[in-house]
Amino acid sequence: MKTCLIVDDSKVIRMVARKILQELEFETIEAADGKIALEACQSKMPEAVLLDWNMPVMSGIEFLREMRALPGGDAPVVVFCTTENDIEHIQEAIEAGANEYIMKPFDSEIIQVKFAQVGLL
Amino acid sequence: MKPEDFDFISKLINEQSGLVLTRDKAYLLESRLMPVARKRGLNGLEDLIAGMRARVDKELTQEVMEAMTTNESFFFRDIKPFEIFRENILPHLLQSRADKKSFRIWCAAASSGQEPYSLAIILNEEASKLAGWRTEIVGTDISVDILNKAKAGLYSQFEVQRGLPIQLLLKYFTKQGDMWQANSKIASMVQYKEYNLLDSLLPLGKFDVVFCRNVLIYFDQKNKTKVLEGISTLLPDDGVLFMGGAETVLGISDKFKPVSGQRGVYSLTRNG
Ligand SMILES: C[S@@+](CC[C@H](N)C(=O)[O-])C[C@H]1O[C@@H](n2cnc3c(N)ncnc32)[C@H](O)[C@@H]1O
Repeated sequence: MKTCLIVDDSKVIRMVARKILQELEFETIEAADGKIALEACQSKMPEAVLLDWNMPVMSGIEFLREMRALPGGDAPVVVFCTTENDIEHIQEAIEAGANEYIMKPFDSEIIQVKFAQVGLL
Repeated sequence: MKPEDFDFISKLINEQSGLVLTRDKAYLLESRLMPVARKRGLNGLEDLIAGMRARVDKELTQEVMEAMTTNESFFFRDIKPFEIFRENILPHLLQSRADKKSFRIWCAAASSGQEPYSLAIILNEEASKLAGWRTEIVGTDISVDILNKAKAGLYSQFEVQRGLPIQLLLKYFTKQGDMWQANSKIASMVQYKEYNLLDSLLPLGKFDVVFCRNVLIYFDQKNKTKVLEGISTLLPDDGVLFMGGAETVLGISDKFKPVSGQRGVYSLTRNG
């Protein structure tokens, strides 16, 4: 079973994402900000990360840059999932090493399609 | 809706477009035709149908038929067929058409354009191999409304997220407010034309590859056979046909056979 780290400061979004990902047969772990997520990655790299942008303490983009610099940090497939939907943000995310990008609102179908595209399903 | 009214409309739609409406779809007919009636200032379906029985109104018939089509489409729908096109079909075309350096692709039920634009994206991604080539993508559909959407090339955030990888979205679309607009790189590669698959297909000319996906599924056996035979006459011996995931030629036409290992792809039987 693959593990997906869900990083979002909204408990509700984490719950919705968890349900969708569990249906796609992922084991899920959750983090409410980038710093907690980074700590999770330091103890064990997940196969996938579903990542919000705006969060307190450490944002998604900061987390992504730091995670990619960790040993083994190039391995996880990172899918942004954020309300930021302008070209500049998308470009910045890709440059920082994101593999895919979901613009909220999302549903299970979009998650499924995007995860399939990056070879997670 | 009265059963005889339902039969009248479903027969008309079937004759005009090939679409089959079974009685269990009466609710669908009602919900989709109410807006058509309202638009014409009519009280309800009874008036609409009475009017249609009374005289032939081409415009109204077209509207009714358009209301009953299913237009759903996604970019790179089902992924696999597009991979097969890129990895198997395109290399074959490049090799076999090297002398005349041209080929034509037809999307026979183009709907809102996702399928032809997906193919245009693939050709663009392979542009280095296509330098000096003349490639044509023709997208046709029976619905004028949906073709206008295809021509506009304007998609909602929801639509572009169903199937379009983010890198390709950035490369081939620009953002217009909340919508995403296909840029000229791909828009200029596709021509759209209103065309009914039940009409003679010969005026469309010859094609090397035909995408006829997720439309015959709504037709009855007789019309499926008719369209497939028609398509077979437009293809050269090594031409290929792509059909939808839930569609097949088996038991419908012996002009085509499935290509083994390439799901949804069919070749001509006359090619041995
Ligand atoms: C579900 S869409 C398929 C779109 C695309 N090929 C795909 O697979 O995503 C079906 C389309 O077939 C069109 N259609 C239905 N009857 C037709 C006919 N007789 N001739 C041409 N197009 C037709 C409808 O207008 C609709 O846009």
